[in-house]
Amino acid sequence: MKKIIPIGPYHPLQEEPEFFKLYVEEEKVVDIEIEIGYNHRGIEQISTLKHYDQIPFVVERICGICSTSHPFAYVNAVEDLAGIDVPVRAKYIRSIIGELERLHSHFLWLGLAGHFIGYNTIWMWSWKHRENVCDILEVISGNRQHYAMFKVGGVRRDIPNDLVPQIEKMCDGLLSVIDMFRGAIMDDPVIHARLKGVGVLTKEDAIKYCVVGPTARASGIDIDVRRDDPYAAYGEVEFNVPVLYNGDVFDKAVVRILEMYESIKIIKQCLEKLKKEPEGNIETKIDFIPPGEGIGRHEAPRGEVFHYIRSDGSNRPIRHKIRAPSYMNIASNKVAAVGQTIADAAITLAAVDPCYCCTERATVVDLKTNQEILCWDDLVKLSQQKTEKIRKLYE
Amino acid sequence: MGLIKKSLLKSLWVFHLPLSPCNNCDIEILDALTPRYDLERFGIQLVGSIRHADVLLVTGVPNYKNYTKLKYLYEQAPKPCFVVAIGTCACGRGVFKDSFNSPCDVDKIVPVSAYVPGCPPKPEAIIDGIVKLIKSLKT
Repeated sequence: MKKIIPIGPYHPLQEEPEFFKLYVEEEKVVDIEIEIGYNHRGIEQISTLKHYDQIPFVVERICGICSTSHPFAYVNAVEDLAGIDVPVRAKYIRSIIGELERLHSHFLWLGLAGHFIGYNTIWMWSWKHRENVCDILEVISGNRQHYAMFKVGGVRRDIPNDLVPQIEKMCDGLLSVIDMFRGAIMDDPVIHARLKGVGVLTKEDAIKYCVVGPTARASGIDIDVRRDDPYAAYGEVEFNVPVLYNGDVFDKAVVRILEMYESIKIIKQCLEKLKKEPEGNIETKIDFIPPGEGIGRHEAPRGEVFHYIRSDGSNRPIRHKIRAPSYMNIASNKVAAVGQTIADAAITLAAVDPCYCCTERATVVDLKTNQEILCWDDLVKLSQQKTEKIRKLYE
Repeated sequence: MGLIKKSLLKSLWVFHLPLSPCNNCDIEILDALTPRYDLERFGIQLVGSIRHADVLLVTGVPNYKNYTKLKYLYEQAPKPCFVVAIGTCACGRGVFKDSFNSPCDVDKIVPVSAYVPGCPPKPEAIIDGIVKLIKSLKT
């Protein structure tokens, strides 16, 4: 008998209102329906009401976790349109902020994934250490979130050279933390048993659903805008793009952990080069934006962000189109979650990191006969019980 | 002071209701509950159901798809239930005032007891807002 489990749209620990309908037969998920739109705020329209210098603040507010990715892609688009060259120092600062954001975003995801499978220690640890990244961002920009660092033609704030050793030291402190998480996840037989083979997204499906970012890289697709189409300082630093081939939740977690090492590597190289540049030269003056169109891309923590700007020569864009990575990644749940048990649904849905957090309310409703209630807490409990069961096997 | 009010002074249970936020206020709420700030040591706890909650933490701007749900959820909450608007969007819609998809302010839909402005407010500011709410209950 087919039953429906609605997940959402309102859940206590969740960050965005989204609505998933799981169709289940017994324990097995047979279909999934995704309804979005609870978060529609009309940013593309608001953006056409603002002038070019105000838009970074608007697009920053698309997403709090990727609050540098959208301004990053936007300034790339406008600079592409107007053919603006950015000072070298500004390029390094941009890359540093972009990578710091990736670090904090991956910490956040790790914590939530840990919570889903009943490893609340990982949750608390990673959120505790995420604060260190927020501290670095606060030292640089004055804000923990919404750094407001980007402007067309450069950055708004400089990183003074005497601040660099302090930031380097803070980054070194993070390395040992990431080592700890790598140990906690990659060396734990229970997590291996719990996450391997769960929520598999094959390479064919990944291509079919156009997934991007870590979700694609865990399925064996070797894409990364930073390397394939270098912008800012990414062409001048060395880093690897970790790619894994199984496409399951475990690989998605490992890809993110490996990426954190690369991020630190990029930040340290940028800081090293930043020291050699003269202070203060952080922006190019722009007199006017010519008519035309431009595109900008950035590899956000979740994948490629794409911005398109069309200008008619006035001080406002006449069209601003935004494509965010989660939009593609969420759709891939359609194949990843189907065929799994309900206990695995929570972690599978969360594995693409759709800014979609924990503990929602969910209800199992029997459509034909009487009603049966299974709340989201039970769903998470089911998931945690499964881990517990596996853990006992290993003892 | 009534018995209900007196019992509210200790360990407020909060329910988190994102309307259409950018996630930041929501992260900061979670930050306030995790080890660095650790609101849970005061008994302030995030609960899974609105029916267990004393305080509704509203973030983000209402839009046409969810503003009726805010009212619906508020009606389900046991009274007295206090609404705290977290962030500039919930306090007065901020930059989204011009949007075609934001019908009205949060306080036009449900009564708001405390406003925590900021984009996003720091965890300290959220804690301060809750403390002020508790203080106002005492008087």
